[in-house]
Formats: sequence, structure tokens, C-alpha cells
Amino acid sequence: MQAKTSTHTQEAHSHEHHHDPGFLRSYVFSTDHKVIGIQYGFTALAFLFFGFLLMMCMRWQIAKPGVPIPVVGGMLEAMLGDVAKGGVMSPDLYNAFGAMHGTIMVFLAVVPLAFAAFGNYVVPLQIGAVDMAFPRINMASYQSFAAGGVVMFVSFFIPGGAAQGGWTSYSPLASVIPTNGQTFWLIGMVLLITSSLLGAVNFIATVIQLRAPGLTWMRMPFFTWAQFVTAFILLLAFPPLEAAGILQLVDKVFGSSFFLPSGLVVSGKPYDVSGGGSPLLWQHLFWFLGHPEVYVLILPAMGVISEIIACNTRKPLWGYKSLVYSVLAVGFISFIVWAHHMYLTGMGTKISTFFQTTTMIISIPSVIILTCLFMSLWGGSIRFNTPMLFSLAFLPMFGIGGLTGLPLGFNFSDLHLHDSYYVIAHFHYVVAPGTIFALFAGIYFWYPKMTGRYMNETLGKTHFWLSLIGMNLVFMPMFFQGLYGMSRRMSDGGATYALTNPANEGVVTALTSTVIKLNVFITHAAVLLLIAQIPFIINVFMSMFNGKKVESDNPWQATTLDWQTPTPPPHGNFTKEIVVYRGPYEYSVPGHPADFTPQNMPDPKPAK
Amino acid sequence: MEIPYTVKPRPDTGLYNAKLGIWLFLASEVMLFGGLFSAYILLRVGADLWPHGMLSIPIGTFNTFVLIASSVTVVMSWASLKLGKLASFKLYMTLTIACAFGFLGVKSYEYYVKFTHYDVWFKDDATAQKYFTAAYGEKGEADVRKHFVERFHLHNTKATYDPHEIQLAGHIQGNPLFASHKTLAKAKTEKIMFEPDPKFGSHDHPKAIEIPVSDVKRLSAYVPAHSTYFAIYFTITALHGLHVLGGALVLGYFLVTADKWWKKAPEQFANRIEVGGLFWHFVDLVWIFLFPIIYLL
Repeated sequence: MQAKTSTHTQEAHSHEHHHDPGFLRSYVFSTDHKVIGIQYGFTALAFLFFGFLLMMCMRWQIAKPGVPIPVVGGMLEAMLGDVAKGGVMSPDLYNAFGAMHGTIMVFLAVVPLAFAAFGNYVVPLQIGAVDMAFPRINMASYQSFAAGGVVMFVSFFIPGGAAQGGWTSYSPLASVIPTNGQTFWLIGMVLLITSSLLGAVNFIATVIQLRAPGLTWMRMPFFTWAQFVTAFILLLAFPPLEAAGILQLVDKVFGSSFFLPSGLVVSGKPYDVSGGGSPLLWQHLFWFLGHPEVYVLILPAMGVISEIIACNTRKPLWGYKSLVYSVLAVGFISFIVWAHHMYLTGMGTKISTFFQTTTMIISIPSVIILTCLFMSLWGGSIRFNTPMLFSLAFLPMFGIGGLTGLPLGFNFSDLHLHDSYYVIAHFHYVVAPGTIFALFAGIYFWYPKMTGRYMNETLGKTHFWLSLIGMNLVFMPMFFQGLYGMSRRMSDGGATYALTNPANEGVVTALTSTVIKLNVFITHAAVLLLIAQIPFIINVFMSMFNGKKVESDNPWQATTLDWQTPTPPPHGNFTKEIVVYRGPYEYSVPGHPADFTPQNMPDPKPAK
Repeated sequence: MEIPYTVKPRPDTGLYNAKLGIWLFLASEVMLFGGLFSAYILLRVGADLWPHGMLSIPIGTFNTFVLIASSVTVVMSWASLKLGKLASFKLYMTLTIACAFGFLGVKSYEYYVKFTHYDVWFKDDATAQKYFTAAYGEKGEADVRKHFVERFHLHNTKATYDPHEIQLAGHIQGNPLFASHKTLAKAKTEKIMFEPDPKFGSHDHPKAIEIPVSDVKRLSAYVPAHSTYFAIYFTITALHGLHVLGGALVLGYFLVTADKWWKKAPEQFANRIEVGGLFWHFVDLVWIFLFPIIYLL
């Protein structure tokens, strides 16, 4: 199918230009930001689905521990061998899937989709640029990302399987597991970090250098602002994780002890290393990236949402300047909150208090952003199309995710909630019905620009409603499981600690059968969520050929520059000189001929 | 389609794209090495014992000057281009690259010396004392302790260490690389001939002693697995060395293609050298921080 679409567009392409760069140069080794954006998009969506399937296997194991997984179990056994003996997921395999689910979703799916795919495709268009500042570095960024993805994927099939130390890869656990999965994970991460570094340099340089004449900072669309701040976070927060990755790799390959303390005992035997290292060091370096990474996940999503809301309410964003200053504040503060992930490490109450304070402070700009978006709805004549539905759902979903984070940010309540299902529910509310909904919204919104055809609305709305219901049925019960004290990362879904287990007779803190039964309920909801994605997958591919054609280059009647190009935008993007005369969201300006005034439209001459 | 400001600076920022790009890249590099330096500080502050004087300061100083010299020559090469003197550019750039490889050569020698130098810890106190005496005579243990006190700066502490916690340093006959008690056990080696280092304050090598591997608790060359000190030393300097090598290769590429570029796009070529030079200065700067924390402190 890919080949078919390519030849089709390639023909159109070669008519417009005097040179034909050929298939490889056009679609595989392209330096065009739009092609790279789409490459990122498809790869990331594939990984998103793959990461979801990993979780479906795990959900089966949680709901029915020790029962062979129907159909998939046999396939797992055939591919992976003894770890899935008889189609049953072993704890090792559960750990590997869990670690890789997190890694893939964060580093190979959501960040590439939110930042690299949308950023690549939309940012140069929104600032009126012909391409990114460094097109070849852009290509190298995607290739490095793809290589990292391959290394991560291959690690499932090596002897011993993929990394099992969780996506956070805490040492000493991650270092002492005797298989090579962790080594692959680290090499994969170094490649992914390289990719994001190249991307981040490119984005920042592009936004600073290539803005069209007249596009001042305060005329920049909020989406571009969000991507700009995200790029800075990636640029500055990722390298310490790269440092940590290098150190752990040296631990793993050369037997050093950066993260291995003296007197370490593994499986009842003293571990034969020099010792003297610090497990806390890994956690500090990891979370120095890990927390800003949360904002890498959410800021581009907020950018997407604000574009869609402004366009579909037909009114300017409420508090554009507050949004911009808030996103900058979030970017800065995100660098000084990391140790709120480490309250239980015994790093000391003074440090905990500091990080608790900064954590509460960062919620202020986040709430400002969300409030501005809510306020923007007020008095708008809202068009309830699929992108807008996803955007509207984002607001309360992200709200739930954000507000349930407060008890985790206070160290006294975190003592109880730490490492429980409550944490899982919290961050999934932020990322799954939050960020991923925003990304879906973005796909439905920009699809007409990329292909010249709308996505199907019926399928889109089916996708939306089923996903919204599925997401909430999956994640809402996890809050309760967590509050009841159910821990994360248990390959039997808590059966060991259940009241029904005779070993726990009389243990007051054992898990009641209601909590355990919720596992089955959640797994059913997850199946619903899986089914909900089918209309989307059909829609993406079918609409390329059968979708309703757009009536104009600006089908949503939007104001920003990304809609002032031909559809799909050719190499070089703009066919006319772009000069910007106004702010990004001039919708329904009294006295203007239409209810939207594109940024590049000069002021109408005053009637005499 | 032409991407603007690839050569000429954008008026409001005063930068051409690549110059902004390299500054951003360097910001990221600062965070990378910053992470490693933080790791160094945290490990050192948390360590029970942190060695001192394990590296040759004269060699390190020499290498520092080599790198500083290369920073000067790389600026001169850029200035030559700006003055339109291609020949002098080539001369200075050749010198820069020569300095880079000189630095790497010296560093490789330093690495080699460490990879063939060993510490041995013995299985118990009696065994340890036996070999200390065999190495340095009657008051052998006092001599080994003096080394220990010097290495870990223990002049002002009253802490005592049992003999089997104290290492005997020296070489293994035949100068094998990277041997350890694990590799010796794997190779079923029964004994080694060990050449202890000279007594503290002397240059006379004592006679080699025979050590059965069964008496050894731990044996390690000065490699990352030896201790966190060597681990962080090798990791940061190797990463820095890779930066030197990468920089030298890129600058070498500029040198080899100089004629072509000079004819085609002299201004852009000068920009490339400027950007390469900025990276080169950064690599030097990292070393300026590395040298004191690893060699001197």
C-alpha cells in the first residue's frame, strides 16, 4: 500500500519539478521536513500499537495469572521460547514486557509522535519557513531514531529477552540481571537520545532563525511555542540521562560499580565488583530527564489542543500571553522538580521538602494553561467535529491526571501511594486520555493538510466515544486499587497478597477480593479500548483514497500559516512570499470580511 | 527553495544557522559532561576512600598544553581564512590536527600504563603479611601501609585497616593487559609472578614474588572495574577522547576538501571552520576542567 501511494504522489511530484529525486530520496532518505514528519508519525504509531499489544498480554496475565493467553500465548512461545512456556507468561516475560511497554510508549511512541512528527510537519509551516534549518541533520535524527527502535525491538528476541528492570532501569536491579537485555536497552537509548538531540537543535534553530518576516515572538502560534519549549527541555534534560546510560553501560560491559554499592549481595551471594557506587546517583540522573520528560509528553499535546480549540470555537485563545509565559515557566521549573519521584529513597526530609515545594509551584502554570483553554470555550460557536471532540475530552482527562498528581507531589501522602496502582492511574490519565487524545485530535485535524482528504467523521466519532469510555473504564478503577494498597509491577496481579490466599489469613492489609476482581474488569475494558482503535486504523488508511476531498487549501478556515500553503504542501512549502501582519488567532474580528483573518493577510484598507 | 541564513547572519539574531546550531549543541554537551561531573562529585563525596596521585601530573600537564596549543592554532586557521590566506590556513589546521593526535597518543600511552598495572588483595591477614614481607622485607607491612596512607590521604585519620584490606601494587611478569582474579580463574592459572612497585620514596624495584592464585582475594588492573575512581576516570576521559577524535576527523575533512570549498564558497567555508573551531574550544574546555579534578585534586 505504501508503494502504491508513493508512486501516485511521485507522479504528481515530478510534474511540478524539473528534477525527479527518485523513490529512495523522496520517501526513505528524504530531507523534507514533511516527509520526515510523516516517517516519524507512522513509525511512532506502529510502536504505539505495539506497546499497547504488550500491555494487552500483561493485562491477561494480571487478570488470569498462570492461565495461557488465548491465541497469542502460542505465538509468544513459538517466538520467545521458554519464557512463555505453554502460552503462559512467566514473571521474567512479564517484567520484560512491562519495562518495554514503558520504554516504547514514552521514547518510541508518544514523544516521537508529539514532538518529532507533529513538530516536523507543522512547525516550519506555522512559521512560514521553507524547511527546517538543517534538513540533513533532520534526516539523521530520524535514522538514529529508527536505529534505536530496531535495537529495542530486536532485544525481545535475544537470549534472555528484553530489559526487565522497568522503564526506569533502577540500578542495582537493572545492572545485576544477568541477561543482555539491559545492554540493548542502553544502546537503544543512546541512539534515541542522539536522535532527540539532533531534533531539538534543529527545532530551536528553525524557530529562532527561520520565522517569516513579521512573525514576531508574540505572533507565534501557541503550538510552535509549546514545541519550542519542548525542544529546550529535550536539549538540556536528555544529556544527563545519556551520561547515566553511559555509566550504566560501563557497569554492565566493563564491570565497574558506578551504581553498585559496597557489600551488594545478589541471590544470597556477595556480588563480585569493586563496589563504592551509588544507586541514588542513577535515580537522580534518570529523573533529571524523567521529570522534564513528562512535560515533553504534555506540552506538544497542549499546543495541538490550543490550535484546535481556537479554530473550532471561532474565537481567539483566551489569555494567549498567559499561555506563553506559563509554558515558559513550566519549561524552567520542570528542571527542578525531579526528586519528587524519590521521596521513598531516604534522601532526607530537607531535600524532600524542597522538591515538594517546587512540585506544587509547577502546578500553577500548568493550571493556568488548562484554565485558559477552558475559558477559550466560553461563548464560542463550537464545531463538534472529531478533532474538537478529542480536544474537549483532553481537558477534563488531563485535569483528572493533573489533580490526582497532587497527593503524589506531597511527600506525606506519597508514602502511602508510592509505587501503587494509583501512580499508574495518575500518569496514564495524563498521557493516555490526555496526550494521546491530543495526538489523535492532531491527526484528524492536520490529515486534510497532509493528504488533501478529510478523515471519515463517522469512524472518527466511533473511535472517539469508544476510546473515551474505554480509557476511563481502564484507568479509573486503578485509582481505587492503588488506594487499597495494590502495588505496581506484580506479575500475578496481586494474587500473592490477596485475602483469598491462605498464606495471608488474618493479615489486615491483604487485598480484598473486590480489588482483585477489578483486574478482570479492567482487562475487559482494555479489550474494549483495543476494539476502539480499529475504526481509527481503518480510517487512516482508507481516507487516503476514499476520504472526502478538501474544498480548499484551508478546510477548517484557520488563521495560522500552516493552512496558507497548497495541499499537500510541496517541497519548499509556500508558493507565495509570506509576510505576517497579525497575531495567530484572529477569529471573528468585528469588521473583517470573514470570521477568520489569516496571519499573512494585510489589514483591509479602511473604507473611505 | 533556499533555506535562508545558511551563510549570512540573520539581522535580528546576528547569527547564521550553523553558529546557533553549534551553540545549542554545545549547551547540550555542557549538560552531558555536567551530568558526568556531577556523578564524579557524588561518587567522591560518598566514597569511603578516594585515591590521589594515581596519574602522572607531568604527562597530564604536557597534554593540557598540547590541547591549549591546538585551540590557538584552530583560531589562527580561521583567522587565516578570513584574511584570505589559504596556505596559512592549511598549515595551522595541520598543526591543530597534529596536536589532536598527539594528545590522543599520549592518552593511549597513559591508558596502556594503567591497563598493565595491578593491585592485589589477599584472602586473609596472615597471607597478606606473608607477601608484604616477601616483597619489602622485615617491615614489609609498614611499607605497604605507607603506600596506602599516601594513596588515600589518610594522614589525619585514626582509622585502621586490616592487612587483607590493603592492596599490594605492581606488575605481573609478561605485562598482560586487563587480567583479573576472574580471568585468571577462568584460564586455570595457578600462580603469577608479581613485581611489586618500589618502596615508598624509592625507585628500586624489589624482586618478583610468586603468588598462587588461591591466595588472592581480588586482583585487578587499573581498569573501570578496579574502583569507582578509575571507572569515572576512564569513562570521562574516554568520552572526551572520542570528542577529540570526532573533532579531529571533521577538521581533517575540512582540511582535505579545503581547495574545493575555498573555490566554491569561501565565506561558507570560513563559517564551517568557525563552527568546527567552537566545538574544538569546547573540547579543550572540558579538558581544562577534567585535568584538575582527575589529576590534581
